[in-house]
Amino acid sequence: MSASAPTRAAATESPRAATRSVRTIAIAGNPNSGKTSLFNALTGLRQKVGNYPGVTVEKKVGRFFGAHGKPFDLLDLPGTYSLQTRSPDETVARDILLGRRADTAAPDLVLCVVDATNLERNLYLVAQLAEFGLPLVVALNMIDLAERNGLVTDIATLAARLGCPVVPVVASQKKGLVELRHAIAAHFGGAAPHRAPMPGPLDRAAHALGEELVRERVVASRSAVGEALLLLSAVDAAPAAGLPGALPSSVATARAQLERAGIDCIAAAVQARYAWATELASAAQRSSGSPRARLTDRLDRWLTHRLWGWVFFLGVMALMFFTIFRVAEIPMGWIEAGQELVSGWAGSAIPEGDFRDLVVDGAIAGVGGVVIFLPQILILFLFLGLLEDTGYMARAAFIVDRLMSKVGLHGKSFVPMLSSFACAIPGVMAARTIDSPRDRLVTILVAPLVSCSARLPVYALLIALLLPSGGAWEKAGMMLALYALGLGAAFTMAWLFRSTLFKEQRSLLLLEMPPYHRPSLRATAVRMGERGLMFLKRAGTVILAISVVIWALSTYPKPANPDATPAEALAASYAGRLGHAIEPVLKPLGYDWKIGVGILSSFAAREVFVGTMSIIYSVENGEEDTDSMRDRMLAETHPDGSPVYTPLVIFGLMVFYVLAMQCLATTAVVRRETASWKWPLFQLAYMSALAWGGALLVYQGGRLLGLG
Amino acid sequence: MPSIPTILSAQPVGTHARITAIQLPPDIHQRLLEMGLTVGTECTILRYAPLGDPLEIRVRGYQLALRRSEGAGLHVQILN
Repeated sequence: MSASAPTRAAATESPRAATRSVRTIAIAGNPNSGKTSLFNALTGLRQKVGNYPGVTVEKKVGRFFGAHGKPFDLLDLPGTYSLQTRSPDETVARDILLGRRADTAAPDLVLCVVDATNLERNLYLVAQLAEFGLPLVVALNMIDLAERNGLVTDIATLAARLGCPVVPVVASQKKGLVELRHAIAAHFGGAAPHRAPMPGPLDRAAHALGEELVRERVVASRSAVGEALLLLSAVDAAPAAGLPGALPSSVATARAQLERAGIDCIAAAVQARYAWATELASAAQRSSGSPRARLTDRLDRWLTHRLWGWVFFLGVMALMFFTIFRVAEIPMGWIEAGQELVSGWAGSAIPEGDFRDLVVDGAIAGVGGVVIFLPQILILFLFLGLLEDTGYMARAAFIVDRLMSKVGLHGKSFVPMLSSFACAIPGVMAARTIDSPRDRLVTILVAPLVSCSARLPVYALLIALLLPSGGAWEKAGMMLALYALGLGAAFTMAWLFRSTLFKEQRSLLLLEMPPYHRPSLRATAVRMGERGLMFLKRAGTVILAISVVIWALSTYPKPANPDATPAEALAASYAGRLGHAIEPVLKPLGYDWKIGVGILSSFAAREVFVGTMSIIYSVENGEEDTDSMRDRMLAETHPDGSPVYTPLVIFGLMVFYVLAMQCLATTAVVRRETASWKWPLFQLAYMSALAWGGALLVYQGGRLLGLG
Repeated sequence: MPSIPTILSAQPVGTHARITAIQLPPDIHQRLLEMGLTVGTECTILRYAPLGDPLEIRVRGYQLALRRSEGAGLHVQILN
């Protein structure tokens, strides 16, 4: 790979082979410390994003070059306030520092990004990193802001007290990077930084346990005290449970002894680190007022105001929706045109036959149908990036937390829910930012109930059927009602899940409100590119495979009569047979086998419904012209002459499509994000039941009321 | 007036207080500690969200939002 594209030689997936020649540096830092900016500034676009297998934590590796052109791999640790192993992020960070992940080389050095405007709290993570005994370099970021805020930092004192190099930088302006590269290159194999002093009994217990950990070959001796302190201050026995030999009981005994000696195991180490951080910060930094904080405060007075806070929030949301649904139409038109061009070209280049149908109707149509959402996804991430970067995201979560927690969600659920209006996939992925596991899972479970843009073409067709002569306002109102139904269902189910499945688990919101600052367009653009590529990759793999399978099911076996119409051919195919087979299940909803085929074909991707219906009703040239399709569908009758598409059936179908989980791509993402099959299958089951029940209620209820 | 022990989330905006004790489940307790809310730390209530919950405080030179339910576990002594 590096031979063919040397400038973009991203780090390899299997580092064991490559990294012995290339040293690895782990970059750590608090959220909001500017870690991502520094990562981007150092590596440029030479980065590779993936996932740690088995967990949902993102794995980002970049390549950068030291002072003398020597390459280094920069490994992005999850942004976290602590290394205490409660969340997957923290566990991954700890395991990497210990060199315990088979898929990742142990780092030779740790680079810790420290926000100079928030020194004391950022030093807490430095204290924890120091306990792992690796050589450390501190990048003191946003030093310009700190100075403008009247914070004078004595770098030499800080470096001496920490026992490691400290380099002031401004990552967003690429200032101080040369010095930082020099400091890193010079510090390999250097001494570990000083540790925060622990209370006597805790210190002795940590050293004793550390020796035992080394004897049992759990950790290298340099990291022994760090790991011992994590075990001793864990909130429960779970982290110690998997240890070999007598270690689990040693941990328990040591903890019991400490408690008897009056040491609060959960709090003592944290307090000791903070005491050290407070002392260090006051020795190395002097303050004289803080004008920046006053600006943030003034803005917050408006942006979290009882009335204007809501006005601004709703304004931002409205702008975002407008852009996603209106502005995105333009590039979506280009993609559509491009797709037609490609299928036209493939149609003429490949001789007529099954292979051409496979390529044109299966692969190109299937992948194109998903790629068309790329502009919406990019715009979504543009907005999310800007909101995050400016610091407004935290304010939005602050404002809506009360409402969201009432329905069983979380202030931070609002981003996933919002994203899901474009597509549930980024929505489910955005739930990673929710640090309380229960709230995260509930958010993931209900996110696909929010009407995504793939439902739009289906809604448009069904609304045209229901209101064939309706005006634009009537149709828009109907559309809005469908969106509201989806959102309402999401909130109701969230509330239901919270009060049943997850009754015992407590929710938690601890949200740092960073100062407002100007967003970095570059960082946002990089992130957009990253997300766009991930999305395209999925379209090129999972969705391509699904499209081909669906195409095959609706093509084979071929009808005996070669002159059969497309509709007859479909009836004879496996998909058609399946449609007949499930007719009994759909009969109570008022559907015939043709609707069954439509529903089956949209099992993997709901927007396929429109395409299938156009095949079934033999719309000329396969064009999805809503008007001619509408007329043919409305003319469709049962064998007894009664119309198939009565208002109740159509309305039932709408409810079905609002509530049904018909997106294999989302199911695949939920599996990955929850690291189990249990939750995606549960989601599929409950949403299918909800959809069927909802449609049944509409159809049978309507008939009972004499509406049908 | 000072030195009446009370809980943080019952206080009006502008209250400056010192944390005297924390009564919360262990995992939440530890998370608050790690965000810098240790016993003896001083904090100021900056504002409540438009719907009255969560609240935003200034602690150790930065701003943190937490819910009233957690604020109720923070026993404080009012300093102003």
